Amino acid sequence: MEISTPLPTAELVNTSKQFSTGVLALSSVSLSISSGEFVTLLGPSGCGKSTVLRLIAGLELPSSGVLRSPAQQHIQEYATAFVFQEPTLMPWASVFDNVWLPLRLQGSSRDTSCARVDAALKSVGLEDFAHAYPAQLSGGMKMRASIARALITDPKILLMDEPFAALDDFSRHRLNDDLLHWQQERSIATLFVTHNIAEAVFLSSRVLVMGARPGRIIHEVTIDEPYPRRPAFRESMRFVDYCRALATALGHATEQPQQTR
Amino acid sequence: MKRILHKLLPALTLLTFLLLWELGVRWANIPAYTLPTPSVIVLSLIDHWPSLALSWWFTIKITLGALFLACLGGVLIASVFSLSPQIERAFFPIAVVLQVTPIVAIAPLMLIYIESTTAALLLCAWIVAFFPILSNTVTGLRATDRNLVELFRLYRASPWQRLVLLRAPAALPYFLTGLKISGGLSLIGAVTAEMVAGSAGRQTGLASRILEASFRTETPKMFAALALLVLTGVIIFLLFNALSRLLLGGWHSSEQSHTVDHNS
Repeated sequence: MEISTPLPTAELVNTSKQFSTGVLALSSVSLSISSGEFVTLLGPSGCGKSTVLRLIAGLELPSSGVLRSPAQQHIQEYATAFVFQEPTLMPWASVFDNVWLPLRLQGSSRDTSCARVDAALKSVGLEDFAHAYPAQLSGGMKMRASIARALITDPKILLMDEPFAALDDFSRHRLNDDLLHWQQERSIATLFVTHNIAEAVFLSSRVLVMGARPGRIIHEVTIDEPYPRRPAFRESMRFVDYCRALATALGHATEQPQQTR
Repeated sequence: MKRILHKLLPALTLLTFLLLWELGVRWANIPAYTLPTPSVIVLSLIDHWPSLALSWWFTIKITLGALFLACLGGVLIASVFSLSPQIERAFFPIAVVLQVTPIVAIAPLMLIYIESTTAALLLCAWIVAFFPILSNTVTGLRATDRNLVELFRLYRASPWQRLVLLRAPAALPYFLTGLKISGGLSLIGAVTAEMVAGSAGRQTGLASRILEASFRTETPKMFAALALLVLTGVIIFLLFNALSRLLLGGWHSSEQSHTVDHNS
């Protein structure tokens, strides 16, 4: 028996968020993301992309509308993982201890977590740096440690807030390739925020373009390209066409506030 | 060879200075009651060792006791401040008042109000020493990375886990900076209070020996006591530098380059 539409992992229906300062960060946003999907939020600064992530993570509450997310439903498990723009590692702890943190907060001892931490470090290519401190790692390696920490709890949803914005193009491409590999392998619903159009096209199954003031979704583009995606996809005509379509949509997103003035 | 020279440079400078002092005083025929030579000071130190050692031990006890209480008080008060901004707003001015009041000026009052001289000396030294620890720890507790705080929220960390795994380690470099400053200050506070308390009583520290020797114009003994005080200060400084390096060496930028360390 096949279910035609699986229950989404996370869902917003006509959700709005107004901050106590009066700023309307999100106006009637609807989106849903299912297991295995890679959805990217693309938009200008201040369009509420991060607010969407924070709502789904349970770090903010919606002002109105519906919010369904693993953060609400699975109170006991760590079903939500968050990767910040900065690696956000504890500088005083080794890479091993940083990756161990989520399990440690759950009450798992070092010994019982050891195998899982080692496996997570191996999968992101940091097995030789378990005892290094974050200050001794490059930007890309720090981000790998941060992702290993996110993946260690086997999350249902992975929220990533411009994680590769500070990296050079070479590291960014390598991390994009690896991220897709990790994400596909585990079928994690991934919601990714970026400014970078090419990155959005390469990674996503769907791209949601957001407009600012108030933050809302104004356009949706499905990237109809099968996984696993090869680096060669970046050089194809289809890739360029998708980029062009998104650039146009993004252009509209930044124009609109001026029209309403 | 160059590296050995680099390491020995401070010691060589000190030795050269002492040598020039010795030779200069001898050459100019300055009497010992005006300016004793280093060798005379060492002899005086040996001569008066029994009484100096007792006093030294007393001063060390006051200094370390005050420093210990300053750590305890500073960290406790900082924790309370970090829990409630209202309490911080209400009480921080009192801490500032205590800090800016010259200790020499309030020491006589302390000695009037507090019967035990030892307790009065401890309190004086504590007042001088606790503020750097307090204000640094308050800053440190506030300086926790906001994203890490959110991460701990996401993983539903308990308040205890937040304190032990996040707030305390984040505040540690700041606390240690405060500790380095307070180490020196507690010695200054102890000696100042002893100076005010005077040379009376059996239980007295090096400051009393200095006063006593100055009444009798025993300049070499004054210098001997002074040398012990300097030695105490230097040992405290080195001890806390080593502690800071031990605790932060691996990860904190303040201890990353070991060759440059002049600012503390």
